[in-house]
Amino acid sequence: MYKILNAKRLNENIFLLEVEAKWVAKKCLAGQFVIVRCGEDGERIPLTIADYDREKGSVTVVVQEVGASTKKMGALLTGDYLTDFVGPLGNPSEIIKDFDNYKGKEILFVAGGLGTAPVYPQVKDLSLKGKKCDVIIGSRNKDLLILNEEMKAVAKDVYVCTDDGSFGFNGRVTDLLENLVKSGKKYDLCVAIGPVIMMKFVCMLTKKLEIPTIVSMNPIMVDGTGMCGACRVTVGGEVKFACVDGPEFDGHKVDFDEAMKRQSLYKTQEGRMYLKEKEGSTHHGGCGFCGGENE
Amino acid sequence: MSDLTKKVPVKEQDPNVRNKNFDEVCLGYTEEEAVLEASRCLQCKKPFCVEGCPVKINIPAFIGEIQKGNFIKAYEIISQSSSLPAVCGRVCPQETQCESKCVRGIKGDAINIGKLERFCADYAREHGLKQQKVVSNGIKIAVIGSGPSGLTCAGDLARLGYEVTVFEALHKLGGVLVYGIPEFRLPKEKVVQSEIKNLEELGVKFERNVIVGKSVTVDELLNEEGFKAVFIGSGAGLPMFLGIKGESLNGVFSANEYLTRSNLMKAYEHNSKTPIFEGEKVVVVGGGNVAMDAARTAIRFGADVHIVYRRSEAELPARREEVLNAREEGVVFDLLTNPVEILGDENDRVCGVKVCKMALGEPDQSGRRRPVEIDGSDYVIDADTVIISIGTSPNPLISSTTENLSTDGRKRIIADENGRTSREGVFAGGDAVTGAATVILAMGAGKKSAKAIDEYIKSKYN
Repeated sequence: MYKILNAKRLNENIFLLEVEAKWVAKKCLAGQFVIVRCGEDGERIPLTIADYDREKGSVTVVVQEVGASTKKMGALLTGDYLTDFVGPLGNPSEIIKDFDNYKGKEILFVAGGLGTAPVYPQVKDLSLKGKKCDVIIGSRNKDLLILNEEMKAVAKDVYVCTDDGSFGFNGRVTDLLENLVKSGKKYDLCVAIGPVIMMKFVCMLTKKLEIPTIVSMNPIMVDGTGMCGACRVTVGGEVKFACVDGPEFDGHKVDFDEAMKRQSLYKTQEGRMYLKEKEGSTHHGGCGFCGGENE
Repeated sequence: MSDLTKKVPVKEQDPNVRNKNFDEVCLGYTEEEAVLEASRCLQCKKPFCVEGCPVKINIPAFIGEIQKGNFIKAYEIISQSSSLPAVCGRVCPQETQCESKCVRGIKGDAINIGKLERFCADYAREHGLKQQKVVSNGIKIAVIGSGPSGLTCAGDLARLGYEVTVFEALHKLGGVLVYGIPEFRLPKEKVVQSEIKNLEELGVKFERNVIVGKSVTVDELLNEEGFKAVFIGSGAGLPMFLGIKGESLNGVFSANEYLTRSNLMKAYEHNSKTPIFEGEKVVVVGGGNVAMDAARTAIRFGADVHIVYRRSEAELPARREEVLNAREEGVVFDLLTNPVEILGDENDRVCGVKVCKMALGEPDQSGRRRPVEIDGSDYVIDADTVIISIGTSPNPLISSTTENLSTDGRKRIIADENGRTSREGVFAGGDAVTGAATVILAMGAGKKSAKAIDEYIKSKYN
């Protein structure tokens, strides 16, 4: 059992859990993920690490309620326990792992909705190493925006955009990115994490702008250790397992259309209705891109 | 008097009943049936059956005790050699091992050694036989993986007094016994968990949710966590795919994924939260035990199931009993058939499998005749689900994070027959060393490694 040291709601359907997990906290790096289970009959849910504290032995994850298992987790309070918490899984972010190679580069992070959570530890870690980066955060509206203040504390500049203009720039992350480049900003690398459709459109744009782009894939998984092969992603024509080969890949090589179709496999009619009602789209929405009209 | 050349038949659930439930197929012998079957044993002075057993169980001795009705004594004899008799009695390929050497088999049926082993283990469990804890010698040994090789190694070391900790990556203990082999072949709570409980009674500690290679490395276990030796029994985890067109379509699964969803995550139970793709027309590619398990699982979900296998009946690598059971339950075998392409509809969902007929040519390296495509023999099998079950390869998580641990070209850890690897104090066995093989071979490897670890510790620290 894994104790929840802090349970905090970030908005109506996104919450944060800081969990005591000594093996994971000792080893994890930004970019890696954990698999969490809540209850003896719970699903194994992959979640990208949003923060960690080696001294405290704790790891933080940010979760969006999308189904029965995540809703159950959302009801947990500080002091409650998670049944299972295993990791760190996947490879650390390349920028963190090979920092020396990226030290002199201008890096732009593009975070969409829930994707803001996995972007945060990368930006924070770079900042601790003395490197500040720009971050674009996309959200459907002001109420769904998460980790904006936390991000500001560790980033160079944070640019926020919302679909409805209720906060920051009125538009999508790609519009904002294009504006920044037009205004004279130069980036050597882009890291985009968010809904698959957002990563797809960011990559289409950065390809045009000739900015190499890293994306983090979060496909359907069962074990997370390479055993099931459910997380197959086609990258540059080759089949990769997101759990052991990723989760980060060269965004200009990922087959996003296939990834989107694969992600919808287990979505039931009921699940689709719930998501449509809640988010207006069938994927992990809340970004500045997928306002629901895309699906 | 019954016909001594024929084995006493074992009761099974009726095929048309069991293909709709997940309860165990084979019901096992009653006491009377076990004694009757045991009485056929000739008690050979030179028992060939023992030679056929990878863990060298004293087969005539335990069968002799069954003849006398001493079932607990019989179980104790098996336990001296096997840590998991209730498992082995159910999943060992006895027909190619002990039973293939049985003298009775020359003119008639071999003794049903597997079912007698199972009977003893079930009897002992049902009569609450407890394990005796041995006084600890205080020496810590780490075992990686709680599958058949790890459990065997852990059990043997604990009986020798070592303080054993087993590290398991998943949330449940048992490895392939839990995620791979279905309930109808190996009951999880009744059999697997009770074997694990036996080990806990012996003093073995279990740490779930620890992925060695990620959460902690082998070097850290040895240098920082105080373990004097490590046994790697991490299995052959990574599924292989065919590499043909259409494998990323929705509805294509590895057998590992399909079986893990059904077995480990209990998708077969109605209240499970884990979804499984309940296809109506399922094609399983492959002819091993795992392919049979996947096919028989799919049939229990109500599907029409075809097994597509590129060689002929004689080369099917699965246990004979599994092939027989699969047929009885309604699985259709398309032998000498090979998939060429998986076909998808406009939504990228599987709608069929294009296959071609094969003929057997010259023997290949494995000694089996190589299947060759017959030109122009393509046809399409209707399908909405395709399960790929053509084998697995070892997971590189441990070998790639352990310094100076040698592997071969197929990422298998190199170990000698006693499990010694290129690293002092690091032993390995089971599928991580051999590539995908059987439960009993993995147990044999775990057993030899336990002995080698004991010798290593004694020579190093005494």
